[in-house]
Amino acid sequence: MRRTALLSAIFLGVASQAAPVDAAPLTAHDLALVNRITWGASPSAVADIQKRGAEPWLSRQLHPAPTDQLPPEAQAEIDALPVGRMPLAALVVQMDAQNKAANQITDPDQKKAAQQAYNQAFNDLARQAATRSLLRDLYSPEQLKEQMTWFWFNHFSVFQGKRDIRAMVGDYEDQAIRPHALGRFRDLLEATLRHPAMLRYLDNDQNAVGHINENYAREIMELHTLGVGAGYTQKDVQELARILTGVGVDLSPNPPNLKPAYLGLYVREGLFEFNPNRHDFGDKVFLGHTIRGSGFGEVEQALDILARDPATARHVSLQLATYFMGDDPPAPLVARMSDAFRRSDGDIAQVLGVLFHSLEFDASLGHKFKDPAHYAVSAVRLAYDDRVILNTGPIQGWLNRLAEGLYNHETPDGYSMVAAAWDGPGQLATRFEIARQIGSGSAGLFRPDIKGAVDQPAFPQIQNALYFGGLSQTLGAPTRVALSQAASPQDWNTLFLSSPEFMRR
Amino acid sequence: MNRRQILAAVAAAAPSLVAGRLWAAPNTDQRLLLVFLRGGYDAANVVIPTSSDFYYQARPTLHIACPNPEDPNAALTLDADWSLHPALKDSIYPLWQKGQIAFVPFAGPDDMSRSHFETQDTIELGQQLQGPRDYGSGFMSRLYSQLAGARPIAFTDQLPITFRGGAPIPNFGLAGIGKPGVDDRQAKLIENMYRSEDLGASVSQGFAVRDEVYRSISAEMLAANRGAVSAKGFELSARRMGRLMKADYTLGFVDVGGWDTHVNEGAANGYLAGRLGELGRGLAGYADELGPDVWARATVIVVSEFGRTFRENGDRGTDHGHGSVYWVLGGAVKGGRIVGAQAPVTQVGLNQNRDYPVLTDYRSLIGGVVRRAYDLTPARLDQVFPGSAPKDLGLI
Repeated sequence: MRRTALLSAIFLGVASQAAPVDAAPLTAHDLALVNRITWGASPSAVADIQKRGAEPWLSRQLHPAPTDQLPPEAQAEIDALPVGRMPLAALVVQMDAQNKAANQITDPDQKKAAQQAYNQAFNDLARQAATRSLLRDLYSPEQLKEQMTWFWFNHFSVFQGKRDIRAMVGDYEDQAIRPHALGRFRDLLEATLRHPAMLRYLDNDQNAVGHINENYAREIMELHTLGVGAGYTQKDVQELARILTGVGVDLSPNPPNLKPAYLGLYVREGLFEFNPNRHDFGDKVFLGHTIRGSGFGEVEQALDILARDPATARHVSLQLATYFMGDDPPAPLVARMSDAFRRSDGDIAQVLGVLFHSLEFDASLGHKFKDPAHYAVSAVRLAYDDRVILNTGPIQGWLNRLAEGLYNHETPDGYSMVAAAWDGPGQLATRFEIARQIGSGSAGLFRPDIKGAVDQPAFPQIQNALYFGGLSQTLGAPTRVALSQAASPQDWNTLFLSSPEFMRR
Repeated sequence: MNRRQILAAVAAAAPSLVAGRLWAAPNTDQRLLLVFLRGGYDAANVVIPTSSDFYYQARPTLHIACPNPEDPNAALTLDADWSLHPALKDSIYPLWQKGQIAFVPFAGPDDMSRSHFETQDTIELGQQLQGPRDYGSGFMSRLYSQLAGARPIAFTDQLPITFRGGAPIPNFGLAGIGKPGVDDRQAKLIENMYRSEDLGASVSQGFAVRDEVYRSISAEMLAANRGAVSAKGFELSARRMGRLMKADYTLGFVDVGGWDTHVNEGAANGYLAGRLGELGRGLAGYADELGPDVWARATVIVVSEFGRTFRENGDRGTDHGHGSVYWVLGGAVKGGRIVGAQAPVTQVGLNQNRDYPVLTDYRSLIGGVVRRAYDLTPARLDQVFPGSAPKDLGLI
């Protein structure tokens, strides 16, 4: 195996310091691989690849086992979050009731207070979802799955600021995206279509016969599946919009009044509904296929057509390769990934397997410029390893400052994955400010988000065994010189987290 | 110095040698700001074809009433056919009355994808539609390369595509600026680490711009502490832009989002009216901060990726369309006019029975404006917009 041959490349000596005695030595390649496949190299992630060996470790990342659980402290923090304890339908209905109750108050001061409380509760739900997401990125052993959850959320992006989506983003990420992050593309596509967050965000809950709204229909083809320029027409957009009529969101517990012929056609699952009263039952011609008016089955047919279109295989493969390798991934590799996509009927783990086992991927290791999310998460992973932070608020704030806040991309195209979007002068200056915050002390990460809570002492330990046994040997001379001039440990951390080497993975 | 004196001075100095290259000395003592309304703003409800019966038929709930001085919700007369949204009454309408803003209806790119992202990229790149795109070459960056001495900046959190390629151009979002924590010694050490890196120039520029922006903003914070009323939202950013463009920068870009009004767009009041009011106050505040002397040499071009469907949809909103209405404003703009070719605003006048056609190509429009503003030679302009003939609409 090629990878085995590379194993002997460089012995970095981490084994003697950080890993069990029988572990394989850490090679430069494996360190770079961990840095790319996970949310950032940390002492414990490196120990894991040494213990298992690179190939079994990669295989485990592609096919996680049920036993790959979060550490108990992190799981306990997630379990304490209200957002995960209530089913989405109950949560949204409760928020809706709180909103209505607030609006009915006649006393202006009381009304204002009630509306503020409602907004606060609303914002909290999205913040809790972000907390859960970040804790998983930081500590989950299923690192690739968490990276893919970010990728797919961004691919099927929704914006928390629209309507009541703040109450929905947590469930959307946890139930629609994450279970399918390494599964089948077709399942993922339908899971997003059946989620109220997506239907709200792209207005399909407003799309009904005689009141066509083509927003979602267009973005499914342009962003989620075929890609722009794949040859579909305005007419295809309109036909897909007709197919999608009646696919919407219903907060009421009762089904609508249906004529007998429609009774068997009504579909309801939580807040999701397919309402035949709102559906256009005429026949459609979509991408050259005639689709007979029949109800929700039309949507299934349309999704089958889209998921199996070669343009979708190409578009999704290109997006995946860009996410993991950087700008302009080599076309032959994307073509091989597209082939795997089509052969496997959209098995995401298989497509990624082709990517990760390619020579092109190996050659790209260490060269991808980190986007803000990877930058911030990798810094905290390196600084605190498996010591679980008590407050993700500072990280959420950093991501917002760097213009890549969770659930915060207003338009449906998601955040850019190319370096030029993130390496401009203003971005870099802000990133160095954040490097200083992370490097100088606990940055509020160990002060629980409760009134009166005190900061627990925690200093970022970047000069750890991983640094001395591996990372230090990846540094160029200018960075070493700058680090040697550090005036204090805080200063050293700030400089290391600002170094060009730490900007890439 | 007025423009004629500047031209004379430039003529006397030309040809001058800048950075080892012979320049035909374009006139760079100008301020140009490109404002991109992302999302496809509903142009037909902002510069409104109030003489068209078809407009009122096509928009049963979204229309704005014909001009009527008694009615605060009525549109404001521009000319016999067109009127302005009432939310712009105190900000943009005074500029119209002073002849400092022109509107160009039926403007945009030929790109008919009706995709936000595709069309935004098309405009920002400013390349020919045929042939492969080069995402490393935006038209504002190419314009900068033709203007010796210009100082470019994007007032955005991310560097926009239009400023990519060529020399690194700083970007700085102006919404949340605080005192820098990285001190000068640390900044110097960080710069040293990047000295031989591709990012080296960007790193140095980032620190330099950070310091300039902070200096400019600390004056405002001081004023606020003395009890001055502070602006909010886009107006706050736009006023900060004005101060920076007055003193430190000459070629700017900013984008404003939130125009994708598929649902409950509102009419004289409501969602779009709110966004417009904020935009108008921002642009007026920008002019105010520049002050009369600099405003006399300043041009602002407002663009958007497309107009929207001429008919309202089933949700009291509008969907993706084609032709838009672009704005050109500035102290030297020959405004108070609706400019460029026009199509009848009737059903048969629509593109694909859906939206406005494009009669004025965005490249020829912007090309015509920058050629006048900077006295660019045809050869230089062809570097900015290759293969596009500038349309001289007499705007400056």
